[in-house]
Amino acid sequence: MNWRYPSTGRPPLMADIALTDETALTARAQTTRRAGAGDARFHFLTWLAAALVLLIFTGVITALVIGSVPAFKAFGFGFLTTEVWSPAREHFGALASIYGTLITSLLAMIVAVPVGIGVAIFLTELCPRLLRRPIGIAIELLAGIPSIIYGIWGLFVFAPWFQEHVQLPVINATTGIPVIGTLFGGAPYGIGVITASLILSIMILPFISAVTRDVFETVPAMLKEATYGLGCTTWEVMWRVVLPFARSGVVGGAMLALGRALGETMAVTFVIGNAHKIDSSLFAPGTTISATIANEFTEATSEIYTSSLISLGLILFFITFVVLACAQLMLRQLEKQSGK
Amino acid sequence: MINRALYLRRRAANSVFIVLSIAAAIFGLVWLGFILGSLLTQGVAALSPTLFTQSTPPPGSAGGLANAILGSVLMSVLAVLVGTPIGLFAGTYLAEYGKHTRFAFVVRFVNDILLSAPSIVTGLFIYEIIVVPMGHFSGWAGAASLMVIVIPVVVRTTENMLLLVPHTLREAATALGAPMSFVIRSVTWKAAQAGIITGVLLSVARISGETAPLLFTALNNQFMSTNFNGPMASLPAVIFQYALSPYEDWHRLAWAGALLVTATVLTLSIIARLLENKQRN
Repeated sequence: MNWRYPSTGRPPLMADIALTDETALTARAQTTRRAGAGDARFHFLTWLAAALVLLIFTGVITALVIGSVPAFKAFGFGFLTTEVWSPAREHFGALASIYGTLITSLLAMIVAVPVGIGVAIFLTELCPRLLRRPIGIAIELLAGIPSIIYGIWGLFVFAPWFQEHVQLPVINATTGIPVIGTLFGGAPYGIGVITASLILSIMILPFISAVTRDVFETVPAMLKEATYGLGCTTWEVMWRVVLPFARSGVVGGAMLALGRALGETMAVTFVIGNAHKIDSSLFAPGTTISATIANEFTEATSEIYTSSLISLGLILFFITFVVLACAQLMLRQLEKQSGK
Repeated sequence: MINRALYLRRRAANSVFIVLSIAAAIFGLVWLGFILGSLLTQGVAALSPTLFTQSTPPPGSAGGLANAILGSVLMSVLAVLVGTPIGLFAGTYLAEYGKHTRFAFVVRFVNDILLSAPSIVTGLFIYEIIVVPMGHFSGWAGAASLMVIVIPVVVRTTENMLLLVPHTLREAATALGAPMSFVIRSVTWKAAQAGIITGVLLSVARISGETAPLLFTALNNQFMSTNFNGPMASLPAVIFQYALSPYEDWHRLAWAGALLVTATVLTLSIIARLLENKQRN
């Protein structure tokens, strides 16, 4: 019964043990039990780690909900519809921040989605083969640049340039015209809602291009070849075959980018101007949920002030959750469709 | 009979489309080149050896970013040391054990939400559960908020990379009588090694530029500090504070910091890409 496995630092394999004698069989039974116990332990550990991910998620929601109770108690649902944000009078409303978040993301998407898809089309269909990989890699790397870089660039380089070369001429040209004049009215601050939107669009552009290009590459070459074979032009192949085929992926990628834009903090905080009001002009300073939190959280001294900021965080988390969940559903659908 | 008008129309539409997408590509690349260009010119001009030897100065005097660099490195290392095993195990569960179970489906879904959820919300979460009970800002809280960002990245890449490992490898090891945990540790993980390291590098790249969650967890610290119990400086937080200040020399330091962060992130992403290519071949 003194069978011992030569210790090599690894558990014995079944194949190491001969099936001929009684001792070996007992040893085999022991090994099986030991391996079984080790197996169960490892399985449990991995399960625990997976459960921890779930716990973090529920923890985030719970912490935000608990943190925002005082604010919702004090202001009720009026918190969502009030524009006033006055730390001095301790009266807070989220409307200006919510509006800023939605409008900057919307404007950013209007610019970035068509351009991003254009870049992806260029990369998959038009680009000379030699440049395809370098440009593709460059775009993927740019998608990883931290947002604070976009923020500092926006503040020091883009905003002054934009103020002088775009805002001034546009304001001069549109004053007096109804609607458009209001939309582009006011003083040329450089910073403001539209500056933030443009920086955001530049930031999510590489992201959209990279995702869309990956999606385009899942389109079977046979489909495209068949369409070209019928005599279709590149435009017709892209518009009638590739885009419909890749639709759920492109929409999913765009929603992922929207999720980023909505929650983006640093690229926006530098250039939006942190003004808690809803202005009819896109050139005016505004604020977003994340910019408000980033700018004011460490200054918030009273409980109700902190709680209002945490409520803003909860609202932001809710909005991005909905958008990201939709994005995932779309992307899953694409995976199913391409048979992965 | 050839319908010439139709042909012309189709060809014109095609040309317009081609011009537009080339214009889009140029438009996109010009902006991105513009950003990198100004980052290089402004950042390189501000580079100096004192960046790495002196701490952040009060306005008007000379100084460097040494305390911010040290703080960033310390908090990132801690976050990655704790976050990687958790992410690795959870990713292993999804790829090897859970697979198509409902629990695995939920974890996968939640993980992908956490992956792109706003990082400022992560900061609020850690503020509520660590800063408030402790009563003050601390390096621990900063590292914890970074860890919450590391985990989803590692989970996602680990799962993807493990799924790339051919099934025949697992089957061969199992046929030799190896228990499943042993197969996973010595065969699957080994085979996916490069890919798993890719995930860790990507997570480091991700957190080295994260600012929002640090603002109200680690806060900032003007002095050199290795004390995790107190506020700790970090490069992104210093960039944020200095860029928004009215002082010219602080702006220069902010640019230098931005260049350092970008260089770190790009280097890490390039190494990660090379490793990933190795894994996929």
